Amino acid sequence: MQDTPIDSARTSSVPFVADDDTSLPLRINGKPFFHGGDPSMPLLWFLRDTLRLTGTKFGCGIGACGACTVLVDGKAQRSCLTPISAATGHDIVTIEGLATGDALHPVQRAWIEADVAQCGYCQAGQIMAAVDLLKRTPKPNDADISRITNLCRCGTYPRSRQAIKRAAELMHGATK
Amino acid sequence: MSKPVNDSRRHFLSVMAGASGALIVGWRTALASQSDLPLELRGGVAEQLGPFVRISADNRITIGARGCEIGQGVITSLPMLIAEELDVDWAQVKVEQLPYGYIETDKGPGNKYGSQGAGGSDSIPQGWKDLRQAGATARWLLLQAAASDWQLPLDQLRTEAGFVIAQTGRRASYGQLAAAAAKIDPPTEPVALKNPDQFRVIGKPTLTADGPAIVTGRAEFGIDAYMAGALFAVVLRCPHMDGDIDTLDDSEARKVPGVKDVIRLPGPKPDEPITGQLATGIAVIAENTWAAIKGRQALKVTWTPGPWASESSATLEAKATELLRGDDGVKVRSDGDFAKARKDAKKVFEARYQVPFLAHATMEPPNALIKIEVDHALLISSLQSPSGASQIISQLTGIPRDKIEIRMTRAGGGFGRRLKNDFVAEAVLIAKAVGKPIKLIWTREDDIAHDFYRPFGVHHLIATLDKKKEITGFAHRCAATPRPYRDVGMKDSPIYTGCLEPDDFPAQLIANLEKTFYPIASGMPRGWWRAPLHTFHAFAVQSFIDELAIELKQDPVALRLKLLGAPRELSYAGHGGPMFDTGRLANVLKVCAEKIGWGRKPGQDRGLGIACHFTFGGYAAHAFEVSAIDGVIVIHRAVCVVDVGRVVNPLGVEAQMMGGTIDGLSTAINLGITVKDGQVQQSNFNDYPLLRMAQAPENVEVVIAPSDKSPSGAGEMGVPSALPALTNAIFAATGFRIRTLPIGDQLKKVL
Ligand code: FES
Ligand code: FES
Repeated sequence: MQDTPIDSARTSSVPFVADDDTSLPLRINGKPFFHGGDPSMPLLWFLRDTLRLTGTKFGCGIGACGACTVLVDGKAQRSCLTPISAATGHDIVTIEGLATGDALHPVQRAWIEADVAQCGYCQAGQIMAAVDLLKRTPKPNDADISRITNLCRCGTYPRSRQAIKRAAELMHGATK
Repeated sequence: MSKPVNDSRRHFLSVMAGASGALIVGWRTALASQSDLPLELRGGVAEQLGPFVRISADNRITIGARGCEIGQGVITSLPMLIAEELDVDWAQVKVEQLPYGYIETDKGPGNKYGSQGAGGSDSIPQGWKDLRQAGATARWLLLQAAASDWQLPLDQLRTEAGFVIAQTGRRASYGQLAAAAAKIDPPTEPVALKNPDQFRVIGKPTLTADGPAIVTGRAEFGIDAYMAGALFAVVLRCPHMDGDIDTLDDSEARKVPGVKDVIRLPGPKPDEPITGQLATGIAVIAENTWAAIKGRQALKVTWTPGPWASESSATLEAKATELLRGDDGVKVRSDGDFAKARKDAKKVFEARYQVPFLAHATMEPPNALIKIEVDHALLISSLQSPSGASQIISQLTGIPRDKIEIRMTRAGGGFGRRLKNDFVAEAVLIAKAVGKPIKLIWTREDDIAHDFYRPFGVHHLIATLDKKKEITGFAHRCAATPRPYRDVGMKDSPIYTGCLEPDDFPAQLIANLEKTFYPIASGMPRGWWRAPLHTFHAFAVQSFIDELAIELKQDPVALRLKLLGAPRELSYAGHGGPMFDTGRLANVLKVCAEKIGWGRKPGQDRGLGIACHFTFGGYAAHAFEVSAIDGVIVIHRAVCVVDVGRVVNPLGVEAQMMGGTIDGLSTAINLGITVKDGQVQQSNFNDYPLLRMAQAPENVEVVIAPSDKSPSGAGEMGVPSALPALTNAIFAATGFRIRTLPIGDQLKKVL
C-alpha cells in the first residue's frame, strides 16, 4: 500500500544501522536492528512505524487488549507496554517471524483450518498468545485456554479455542 | 451475434446498478485509466472480462472483491457469487480487493463496481442481484469465444470448472479462450443464471480468502498503510460535547523531539449538522506516532464546556421518566383502540427496560492516510462508506470526485462506526493545513470518548389482559435520544427512526396496539450500531414477553408461537422488508427450543432462556443455559438458530452468528457509555470491558435453517435476540429480572 516503496524489515535483509553510540540494539525475528530515538518509545511503535512490521497491532495502548502481543524470549508480552529500553538485549519474535520459511507454525495452520479470523485485527495477538500458552501447557484444557486475556471484538473465541486444541494435536499428537 | 472489436479501443464491460436497481450491462470506453486496479487485475484488456474477472493465458483466475471487508466475510462471499456463475472451482480463484470505483455517468455519480459500502447487512442481497450476473456474463463471453473458434452452435457447449467443453469432447481452458473472449461484444441483455441445484461454490463451507495473509501478519488494514513523506497526527478533542478551546499552551508539546507542528482543528458548530469532524480539537503532527502521542500529552489546554455541560446519564433517565408519565409523544403506530382495551382490561401488566449509549469500539481504531495534491487526492483507510469518504474529501478540498482515489483495505471491525467519515475529514483538514500527506491515528481513548453512539433509551411496555387471560392490547412507549440528530442523511426521517420500528413484532399480531415515541434532547452524537434499533427492541419486547408468560403461567415458547400464529407474511416497511414471515420466525424459535432441550429441568442453580427476533430480512433465535452463583454469570450452553435465506458461505454465516451472539452477550453483560457533566465517562477497555474468553461460552452451537429464499445478509441478525435470551435465562436461574443494561454488578448486589 505504500506509494513509494520503502525498505522494510519485511522485505529488506539490510539491518538498520546504529547511528550513534547510544542506539539501542534489538533482535527481532532473528535480525539485528538499532533504535536511536526515544528509549521510552514502546516496542509496538518501533515495530510498526520504523520497521513496518505491521502485523503487530495497536488496540488500546494500556495492556488491556493484547492486539500488540509479541514473544519476548519466547514469552507473550504486550509490546504497547514494553519500552524499547526494556526490549533491548532480548529476542523478539513478531507474527511475521513465526513461520519458518514457507512452513507455517502449527498454530497458524490450525488458525487457517478453523477459519478463526473475522475482521482479523486481533488475530496476530491471539496467535502469539496461543503459541505462548502451548509452550507452557502443551495440552491445554478449556480452563487453561480461558486464561488467555486477549480481546476479540468480533467474538472469535469459540473458533480460537478450537484452533488451539487443534494446534496442540498438530504439535504433540492427539489429545485425550 | 457478436463481433470482434478493435483492440486499441480498450473497451471493457461496465456493470452498474441502475437507478431502479436493475442491472445495466453495457460497453464503456475505458477513459479513466485502470491504474487504480490491483496489479493482479490489471494488464491487457484482452484478458479482462468485465470489471471483476481477469483470466490470464496460463489460466490464473482473479476475481475482484468490491466490498468493504469489516469482518463480515465479503472478501470471500462476494467473489464466491461471481465464481459460481463464471463456473470455476473456488480453488482456482485468487481474490483481490478492489479500490473504490467512482465514475461520472450521465445520471450523475456512479460506481463501476456497483454497491461498495457495508451497512444494513446489504452486501450479499446486493451481490446476489448483480454479481452473479457479472460472473455469468464473463462465462457467456468465454462460451461465445469457443463457439466462434470451433464453429459450433452454443447449445453444443457447456462449461465445467474453468473449461468450455463441446459435445464432441473438444475442450479448452478459460485461459486459452480469454484473449478471444475479451474481444467479443458483451450481451445486450442479462444472461441466464444457474439453477441452484447446479451450484458448486455457493453453499459450500469456504475458508476466508485472506486467512493465510491474516495469520502471517501480511493482511493490510488501513492503519498499516504508510507513505513516504507523510507525517503522523493525533488529535486532542474537546471532552465536552460541543465545547471549545478556552486556552492553549503548546510550548511544551512543540519541544517534544519529533513534533513538527500543532494546529487547531475547529469542530462543527453546535446545532449544525455533523458532516465532517466530530469535535473541536488540537492536532499534534510529528515524525512518528509515538512522538505525536507524547506531544499531545504535553499540551496544556483548558476548555469551555459548551451547551450540554449539565447533561448526565442521571438527567437523561429522569427526563425519560418524566416524558413517559405524560401523554404527548409522537404516535408511531396505532391499531384498533388501545385506550379502550386498557379501560376494559381485567388486568394491566407493564414493565420498563433501559438501554445505555454504546460505543462501537472497533478493534482497529479510526485512522486515515491521506495525500492531497493540486488536482488529486489519495486516501487509504479502513472504511464502511467509501462514497461518503469521497464526498467529504471533495467538499473539503474542492477536488472533483473522479480525481479522488480511494484504496480500500481490510477494516478491523466496523459495526457501523465507519459509516461515518469524520476521521477522514480530520485527516484532510490537517493535511491541508500542513501541506504534507498525513497519517492520522485515533487512540482507544479518542475512540471511546468520541463516537456516534447507539442511542440511549427507556422502553415502557404495557399489555392488557381480559378475564380469560388473553392479551387484548399492547403498547410500546419509547423515550430515547433520537437517532436523527445533526445528521443530513436523516433530515427527512421521522424522529423515531432508529429507535422504534413501527412494524416490529408484535405489530399486526395484537388487535389493539400502540407505539409512541418520546424524544429526549441530548448532545451525544448518535449513529448506527450493529443491528441498530433491533438490539434494544429485541431486549425490551422479548424480555417483556417472557415476563408476560410467567405472569400468565404460560410457556414462553408457546406464548411466542401463539402470538406469531399461522405462518404468513405480514407487511414490513422497515429495512429488511417488504415482508415479515411469521412462519420463519416461529421455525427458528422451535428449532432453537428443541436444540437447547426446552422444557427439561436444567441442573441445580441453572436456568434456560430463549428469545427470537427478525432483523434486516433475517430470522434468529437464541437460547442459553446459565448459572449466576454469587452473581457470576456462567454460560454453560449457547444456541443460535438462524434463517438468512439461501446461504452463500455457511462457514461465514456460522462465524457471524457466533460473533453476533458474543457481541450481544458482551453488550448485555459489560458495556455501557455514561455521561456526566456533558462528558463521556469511559475511556478505554478497562472501563468499556469487551467480553473476554473466560466470560464467553466455550462454544456457540449455530444451526442454519435451510432455505431457498433469496439471501439476506448475516452480519447483524446474530446480535439482537442474544441479549433477552440471556436475561431471560438469568431470571430462570436466579429469579432476578434484569431490566436495565448492562448487567454489570446488578446480580452481585442481589445474589
Ligand atoms: S495495544 Fe497493547 S494491549 Fe492493547
Ligand atoms: S477478529 Fe476482529 S477483533 Fe478479533
